Amino acid sequence: MTVTASASEARPPLQRWLVVWAVALAAVLALFLLQESLPWAVNYPASAVVPVADWVSALMSWIKSNLSWLTRSITAVLGVPLDFALDLLAKNFKVGHGADAYVLPRLSWVGVCAVAFLAGHAVGGRKLSLLVGGCFLYIALFGQWTSAMLTMALISIAVPFCIVTGLFAGIWAWRKPWAERLIVSPALDLMQTIPTFAYLIPMLLLFGNSPVSAMIATAIFATPPMVRATMLGLTRVPLEIGEFSDMAGCTARQKLWRVLLPSARPTLMVGVNQVIMLALNMVIIASMISAGGLGYDVLLALRALKVGEAMEAGLAIVALAIALDRLSQAIAHKQAKGHVLQAASPSIWQRYPNLTLAIAILAVTTLLGLFVPAFAAVPKAITFTTAPLWKAAVNWVTINFFDAIEAFRVALILNVLNPVRAFCEGFPWLGAVFLLGLAGYQLSGLRLAALVAALTTFCAMTGLWEKTMATVYLCGISAFIACLIGIPIGLMAARSDRFEKIVTPVIDTLQVLPSFCFIIPVVMLFRVGDVTAMIATIAFAVVPAIRYTNHGIRQVPPALIEAAKVSGCTPRQTFVRVQLPLALPEIMLGVNQTILMALAMIIICAMVGTRDLGQEVFIALSKADSGRGIVAGLAIAFIGIVADRLFGAWTAKARARLG
Amino acid sequence: MTDGTEQGSAQSGWDSRPVKLACRNVWKLFGANAASFIRERDGKASMADVTAAGLVGAVRAVDLEIRQGEIFIIMGLSGSGKSTLVRCMSRLVEPSHGKVEFEGKDLLKISDAALIELRRHRMGMVFQNFALLPHLNVLDNIAFPLSIQGQDRSTREARAREVIELVGLSGREHFYPRELSGGQQQRVGIARSLATKPEIWFLDEPFSALDPLIRREMQDELMRLQTMLHKTIVFITHDFDEAIRLADRIAIMKDGEVIQIGTPEQLVVNPATDYVAEFTRDVDRAKVISARSLMRACNGAEHGGTVAPDAKIASFSASIVSAGKPFAVVNGTGKPIGEVSPQAVIDLLAGIEHTGAGA
Repeated sequence: MTVTASASEARPPLQRWLVVWAVALAAVLALFLLQESLPWAVNYPASAVVPVADWVSALMSWIKSNLSWLTRSITAVLGVPLDFALDLLAKNFKVGHGADAYVLPRLSWVGVCAVAFLAGHAVGGRKLSLLVGGCFLYIALFGQWTSAMLTMALISIAVPFCIVTGLFAGIWAWRKPWAERLIVSPALDLMQTIPTFAYLIPMLLLFGNSPVSAMIATAIFATPPMVRATMLGLTRVPLEIGEFSDMAGCTARQKLWRVLLPSARPTLMVGVNQVIMLALNMVIIASMISAGGLGYDVLLALRALKVGEAMEAGLAIVALAIALDRLSQAIAHKQAKGHVLQAASPSIWQRYPNLTLAIAILAVTTLLGLFVPAFAAVPKAITFTTAPLWKAAVNWVTINFFDAIEAFRVALILNVLNPVRAFCEGFPWLGAVFLLGLAGYQLSGLRLAALVAALTTFCAMTGLWEKTMATVYLCGISAFIACLIGIPIGLMAARSDRFEKIVTPVIDTLQVLPSFCFIIPVVMLFRVGDVTAMIATIAFAVVPAIRYTNHGIRQVPPALIEAAKVSGCTPRQTFVRVQLPLALPEIMLGVNQTILMALAMIIICAMVGTRDLGQEVFIALSKADSGRGIVAGLAIAFIGIVADRLFGAWTAKARARLG
Repeated sequence: MTDGTEQGSAQSGWDSRPVKLACRNVWKLFGANAASFIRERDGKASMADVTAAGLVGAVRAVDLEIRQGEIFIIMGLSGSGKSTLVRCMSRLVEPSHGKVEFEGKDLLKISDAALIELRRHRMGMVFQNFALLPHLNVLDNIAFPLSIQGQDRSTREARAREVIELVGLSGREHFYPRELSGGQQQRVGIARSLATKPEIWFLDEPFSALDPLIRREMQDELMRLQTMLHKTIVFITHDFDEAIRLADRIAIMKDGEVIQIGTPEQLVVNPATDYVAEFTRDVDRAKVISARSLMRACNGAEHGGTVAPDAKIASFSASIVSAGKPFAVVNGTGKPIGEVSPQAVIDLLAGIEHTGAGA
């Protein structure tokens, strides 16, 4: 412990910090007890609320009225490729108007499924072929084809857009360190912590209730990983490769495009994979502003409490997510193989056998669709529906276990949720600002303290204190339980290879599922309310706790473990005194991620009737009240940033101590 | 006793060759305002000055001349500044002060376009960790510098196949770097740097990442290539044995300074400092020292044979010891210029310091 103290020489040593914290806590307690005489310090006075929301609304309406030529032309330009993709995959082309319109068919589902098999085979062999093709076939046979293809069309237009934008932004940030520090990094932080819902409001306002605004929201949400991957990839290219390109006499442009970017391909492809998965996630959520597709089906079914239909559409999302993830990962890992002999002047067919075959299949099946209706649309006769089955299952569970579930739910609310909630909502805002600032000062210094205090004050000043604390309470409790479950699982996975083999595919799958999917089964059992939100959030946020803990323990250098064994440690001592302390920074990073993911999920849980900032955004969305939505969105982002920075500083400190 | 440069001139005429590349008081300092620091002091500063100013002196006051067609080795331990120095020579690193002259022209003053042109056609470099492009196969990697220049596919691939043949990689044209062994990868690196037919060839610790056996094989390969190509080679290494094996001349660096330049023999016979002596201590002297260094004036004794002045002791040690008589050292015209006694050879082989052996 004295080591900590010597590390932070300029600031008071640990013992003095204990005293400082005791005094601070006592002061806050006094504040709480004195709330009769100091009411403004506990509940932020309504009269002093800064009308940021109104300002934002005014700004947005100014943009709307003065820049409509811009937004309209953007809508028109982006609408062209989007409509094409929608027609091609889902809606059929209509040439002409009215009754004499001639319809060109969309791509045949048989063809698309065949191409899915082929693509899987081309990049990953038979196993991947079966998985990807099977997922698409599943979607077709379970009657979700048109919706799924709507979703696919949006993704297929948004993803290239994100990749190109992200690549150029990343290159710019890499070339100009000032741009990275002052513009790109802060923007990325904000883009990734503002909840997905909050994106939708300004889009709705600027671009109208159309698939285009859904696509733009998706593009904004899904671009950051590409920017980061580009920056990371370029910095990670070995120095010598850059020097080689200089010595070969490359111009700056040749160096970037012919040497550095191709050398960074593996990292860039990781970015592409993340872009695809985030785009899918966002397209599902954007169904609220008429993106259509699978998300819309889920939304409709949830609103009508049609559990079976929601589950079916949800499973189709899962199938699509798994297919896209595994396919793009396989592409990322695929490496060209050398060969000894070179074919003499290969034709296009020989050079790209899979591509030509795919185009041929699509053309033939689509043409067949003109004559054989079974090729054009999935025939009703061969589709299944499992909706009644799901409904029956839920009914059976409710009938037989209603009492048990209800008792669990009520007990949870009465004994855990409500007391914590009361504590959080009654917490004096001034005290929170003070304590968080103090934590920031201890962990990093004056700058972090100022940042944390300012962001917290913003939440209070805009009159959202109570809702902020409601979010903190639900997020905190969910993240806490997620860590309570995740860290032990991670520890077990780290100690047993067999257990890890079981856990890894499960968390891999959990991670690719769009957040929407977690709500569906929980709602079926627990109906709407805080308990549902909490359980869905735990399921969503548990992944990083498991993953980072496992990784943290496993990355402890084997030499250190051998050293511990040689000095006579029992396995238990090795674990507790060597592995665990060394893995601590990594585990804390996992906890940090868990908190951020819990925050993102809690907001989406507004759909199941929580009463926090998410609900605020949700209401603003339905009223198209941009100011209210954006301010609430910022408040959510600030909670995330405060948690992230404090944890980040703590982790950095722990890392520094380990050297 | 004898000055290094005089000894050099005595040797088969390196000096008659033109200077290809020269460093004139080259400095590279890292830290704030490094360039102005050294400019204000007119290119003179001691180690203490540099440290006092909070700077790190990676390369300090380096003067050297590399002559056409020689293998010039810069040898030093890690952190001695040898890699920075070679990067100053190719302007991968901008020196803080001084001149780098390529055929008498200051490299630091030429435009970016001229520099690109120079690097495209007249310089080649081989890297320690190969620096092969992972997305290109062997053929495309080797043809890459040519493709950068805008050569069409058939021309550049024909040239690439020539150098692939030269380094013995035929049949592997369509392999990717990750599918090759370390030695093969460095052959690709060598072939790639030769594809543009450079005049000056920088090799930055090219064999340090390889296993000892492969390293030896690659050293032989380099010597084979050099007898065919006659490049001007600047070779960086931290391995003194490698330097001795390959070098025409060696510059030894320590803390950013060149502390001695000379042929392997000069370094072994006349180390300038204890630091140099430390390196040369375990060298197999018989393979480095030539008859000239052991020669003494003829004292009329009968000679058991003749040797050239440049002949290494190891090449005739067995015969002179078995003959038991001094050998005459004869120059090109067959005139004796001195003699080597068997006792001197035995002393050398046994490692006995001999005061008279120096000259």
